[in-house]
This record gives sequence, C-alpha cells and structure tokens, in this order.
Amino acid sequence: MQALKGLLRKEWVSRLIDGLLPAFATLAALAVGAIILLFLGINPIEAYSAMFQGAFGSANAIAETLVKATPLLLVAIGICISFRGDVINIGGEGQMVIGALLATWIGLTFTTLPGWLVITLAILAGFVGGAIWGGIAGYLKAYFNVNEILSTVMMNAIAVQLMNFLLRGPMIDPSQALLASKIPQTARLLEIFRLPRLIPTRLHLGALIAVALAIAVYFLLWRTTIGYRIRAVGQNPHAARYAGIKVQRYVVLALLLSGAFAGLAGTNNVYGVNYRMITDGSASGFTGGAGFNGIVVALFGGLHPIWSIPASILFGGLLVGANSMQRAVQVPSAFVTVLNGLVVIFVVSSDVWRRKRQKRRLAAVHKNEELPPPTDKEKVQQAEVAQ
Amino acid sequence: MSNLLSIAVLVGILASGIRLATPYLYAAIGEAFGQRSGVLNLGVEGQMLLGAFAAFYVVLQTGNLWLGLLTAAIVGAAMGLAMAYVTINLNAEQGISGIGFYLFGLGMSDLLFQKLVGTVETVKGFPPIYIPVLSDIPYIGKIFFSQNIMVYGAYLLVPIAIFILNRTTLGLKIRSVGENPDAADSLGVSVAKTRYFTVIQGGVLSAIAGASLSIALLDVFQQNMTSGMGFIAVALVYFGAWRPKGILGGALLFSMVMSLQLWIQIKGGNIPSDIAVMMPYILTILVLVATASKLRAPSALSKPFEREN
Repeated sequence: MQALKGLLRKEWVSRLIDGLLPAFATLAALAVGAIILLFLGINPIEAYSAMFQGAFGSANAIAETLVKATPLLLVAIGICISFRGDVINIGGEGQMVIGALLATWIGLTFTTLPGWLVITLAILAGFVGGAIWGGIAGYLKAYFNVNEILSTVMMNAIAVQLMNFLLRGPMIDPSQALLASKIPQTARLLEIFRLPRLIPTRLHLGALIAVALAIAVYFLLWRTTIGYRIRAVGQNPHAARYAGIKVQRYVVLALLLSGAFAGLAGTNNVYGVNYRMITDGSASGFTGGAGFNGIVVALFGGLHPIWSIPASILFGGLLVGANSMQRAVQVPSAFVTVLNGLVVIFVVSSDVWRRKRQKRRLAAVHKNEELPPPTDKEKVQQAEVAQ
Repeated sequence: MSNLLSIAVLVGILASGIRLATPYLYAAIGEAFGQRSGVLNLGVEGQMLLGAFAAFYVVLQTGNLWLGLLTAAIVGAAMGLAMAYVTINLNAEQGISGIGFYLFGLGMSDLLFQKLVGTVETVKGFPPIYIPVLSDIPYIGKIFFSQNIMVYGAYLLVPIAIFILNRTTLGLKIRSVGENPDAADSLGVSVAKTRYFTVIQGGVLSAIAGASLSIALLDVFQQNMTSGMGFIAVALVYFGAWRPKGILGGALLFSMVMSLQLWIQIKGGNIPSDIAVMMPYILTILVLVATASKLRAPSALSKPFEREN
C-alpha cells in the first residue's frame, strides 16, 4: 500500500495518469454506450466489434478512417487556438461552409489555370473564407462585447442559408438546373484540380497537409510571440493587458485563425473528397458534422494540436465504424453522436482529478525550497491554478 | 402592396408569431434562472430534443397529452440533474460540458426515434382553447385568445418568473449565488443546492419547450427538429439582459420576424426563401451588437464555486 502511494506521488506517474485520463473517459463513455445498446436490445460486443472492424479492419477501412479524420483534425487545430485563447468557437460548421463556398467558386471560375495554381488558390480561399466568418464573431466579441458562443451559432445558421441559396441558385450544377430534382450541388471540379491520392484508396494529400499544419500550429502556439500572447490573453486577460498586450486584437486573431482552419476543412471536403459542393439543405449535409466533432477531437487531444492527430484518427474511426455498425447490427449511426456527447462530458468531468493532482504537485514544490526554480511550463501551470 | 397590408394576413402573421414564441419562452426563462445563479447551460438544445421526443412518443403510444408532458419534464429533470452534477460537483467547464449534453440529446433523440418509431407519424396535439368573450373580439381575439394551452402557459410563465426572482427568498438566493457566491455561502445560503435547483428546473423547462413543439405546435417529431432553437433561447437570455421581461420582448421580436419570414417564403415572390430564413439570425446578431456593451452579466456566470479552505 505504501509502495503504491509512493508510486502515485512520483511526478512521471502522475503525468502519465493525466495523459491517460481522456482514454479512461472514452472507456467510460463506451461503457455507458453499451448500457444504451443493451436497452435497445442490441449486443454491445457485436456492435463495438463491427464498429472496430469497419474502422480499422482493413487497409481500405483505415484509409477511409483517415479521410474522415482529416477535416476533424483541421477543425480541431483551429479549436486548439481559440480555446487556448479562452474563446469558445462553436462556428466551425459555418466557417467550413463559407471556406468551401469560396474555394469551390475558385475551382469553377478559373478553369483555364494550371491545376497546382488552382489548388493553391482554393486552399487560400478556404483559409480566407473561414477567417472572415470567424473574424466577424471575433470582432463583435472584442469590440462590441457580443458573446462569441451566440454569434458563432447565429453565423452557422446564416452560412447554411447562404449555402442553400447559392447551391440552389447561382452556383447550381447546370445539369441539375435542367432536371426536376434540382439537387443542391455545384458542377464537378475538373480532374486536374483534385487533391492527388496517396495510395490506391480514397486517401488524399489533404491528410498530409492537415498533419503538417497541426505541427505548424504547435510551433505557432508555443514557439512564437503571437502564440504566447494568444495563450496569455486566454489565461488571464487582465494580466495580459497589464503586460501591454493588446487583448482585443488577440481575441479577434484567435477566432480568425480558428475559423481559417475550419475553412480549410471545407476546402478539403470539396477538393479531396466530393470534388463538388453538395448538401441536403443542412450544414451537416455538407460538413458531416466535422465543425462540431472537431471540438470533441480538440478537447480529447487536450487542446494540443499534436495530440489532436491521434484523437482525430480515433473519432474518424468512430464515424466510419458507425456505418458498418449500422449495416451489421442495425444501430442507427446517430449512436456515434451520443458517444461523442458522452466523451465530451466525461473528458471535461475527469479534468477535476488533473487539477487536484496539479495543485498537490505545486504544493509540494512550494514546500521544498531546494527544488530547482520552476521551469516555464510550471510557471504557466502555476498561473493556471492561481486563476 | 395591397395584399401585403391586408388585415387578414397581418392577423395571421401576428397570431403565428405569438405561437412561435412559445418554445423560446419556456427554454429561455429556464436558462435565465440558471444563469442568474451562475450556471451557463449550453445543453438546452439537447434537452429540448429529448423532451420533444419523450412527449411525442408517449402521446403516440397512449394518446394522453398530459402524460406526454409529464414524461418530457421527467426526462428534462434527469438531464438537468446530470448537468448539475458535472458542473457543480465536478466543477467541469460549463460551456463545453453543455456542448456534450447537446450532442448527447441530439444523438439520443434521433437514435430512439429511429429505433422506436422509424417513420414520420403525427399525433393529435393540444387543441386551441377559445377563451370566452375575449376570443370574440375582432382580430385581437384571433391573435391572443385562440391559442392552445401550452402557448398560454408560456406567457403565464413570465409574470411567475418575475415574481419568483424579485419577490421571494428563493429568488434572492438565486441572485446572490450568481452575483457573489462567497458572500452567499458565508451567510449560510447553500450555493450547490441553489444551483442544483436552477439547473434542474432549466432542464425541465427546456424539455417542456421541446414538447411544446412536438405535441402542441407542430404535432410531429423529426430528427434535429429544433434546428438551433435551443441556442437561440440562450441568446435571448443575453438579449433580454437576464430579465424575464426582456426575454419576453426578445422572444416576441424574434418570433414575429420568424413568422413574417415564413409568410414571405410562401407568398413573397421576389425574395429567395433561403435569404428570408436568415433574417431572424441577422436581426439577433444586430440586436446583440446594439445592446451587448451595456449588459452586465451575473458576476459569477460560468464560474465554478469552490470554498476557500
């Protein structure tokens, strides 16, 4: 017993437990999910194994999982920036839509330009479109005190209507315009404009771009002044202002960048997956819910862009696996939304144990003056606790 | 222009605007109590969806509207209880756990609907009640006094909420816990108990808001049928500066524009319907811009309470 207590007090054990908390939280969510399945008269073991098989059971399945993970990761690294800046961006869906609209317009307009140039422009367009949509909410928060949770939700609704209007009207596929069905979709992109595939599956270059950007965002947040200031504003805006940081500017920037990466996810869906913009009249008809699920991924990854990479693969797998589960044991894929919700609830709830241990660690540091001076990381943690 | 201003059309738009405010009133007043006590519940939308389904399903099975409403209330209370435990005992970040509850309700209502019902079905919802004498007044009667009981209930809730918040000990506790939990605690007010109460009643009222859609206004259930109403209800709380009277104003403004927009969709030739649907959302943002800088939120809003040692 003593030995166990001693082990638990060790710094690295404590940190390991912190790192594993999301995994425990996920297991708890899966357990609650199993109870729900039992109530519906479905064998949870069969359901979960069908899900796992569908997500990771073959090379093709893994490729599909990575295809689904890509937009999740792009949204998630944006969420890392905004949540670190204490800005709650719920507008991922709308920002994806606007980014995609702008990117699609590029591809359908400049049909005579070379492929690489159009793809580059489309990536920029997605970035700019999302940045504008997120930036508006950031501006309203910084300068008009409008709660960003509310403004981003409203902006989602507006973006969806704008998409429906454009896809049913000015941007509709000319062949659909002649048909009675009038499916809200644009014309297909030229083949040279599509993101190249990596191996003979649907996996495409977008996945690599997303990983590279995740690493870039890590450097942005922890190795640049801009990133430092965004985090400083997020931790304590009053102290940041006292330190001479223009708080409002960094609030706008956090939301703007967050939106920009969601916008890229929009480009990704058009240029890497569907090769056109298509919807069923709702936001998730185009985004597949990535704008919301990206938040779950980022939280699961501890708001860290690098840890968001495995998190996105896990949740991409959940989405792909849900479809096989639906086929195998007739569980509606809405079950995954339930699981996602449970994961979020358990992850934020488990945070209480991390905070408790962190407090204890810092108390130990204070007691023992012979310890080396606190590192930068510990200083940040102290600031967190002090808050 | 003449048919735009015809009295019959105007009466129709106003009557449907009064009706449409119903779910927003229930949900926003429930949310206002929570926020006044310092808890931001972003799971309203999920609670509404589960409440809408619970009420719909019970009515579909039994035909008993009141039993449906009661079931919705119980489901809402259960969701509220879970939310309260997570935010009050575990001190979880409120905004984010709310998103978790939203996703849970969104998925769960859809899952249960597909498993237990499967196809689009309609139920016989609460019928309109024509209030004697008053409903005979020309125009006014049709607009205000020919609605169903859940609509009347929503408007009745406003004075009740004003009374509870401003004239009772409970209201005083709620406000003090939301403004200065440390002081309230030192005077012997239980911060946790008060917040448990407000979060659970918020869940109940959100679920009833959902039920008002599925068994009183639309009489159907569809996947994601609230489509953002719960979030708008949260917006209306800010909009109304955390006061029931302000919320009433906001809900009416929003629903009247919504009603006008629905009419334009059917009749208005030149404005594309997708653009018309945007109007209430743009209006909400504009009003938030105009009013937000003057607002003062409850000081302890979305801050977990931890006793100093």
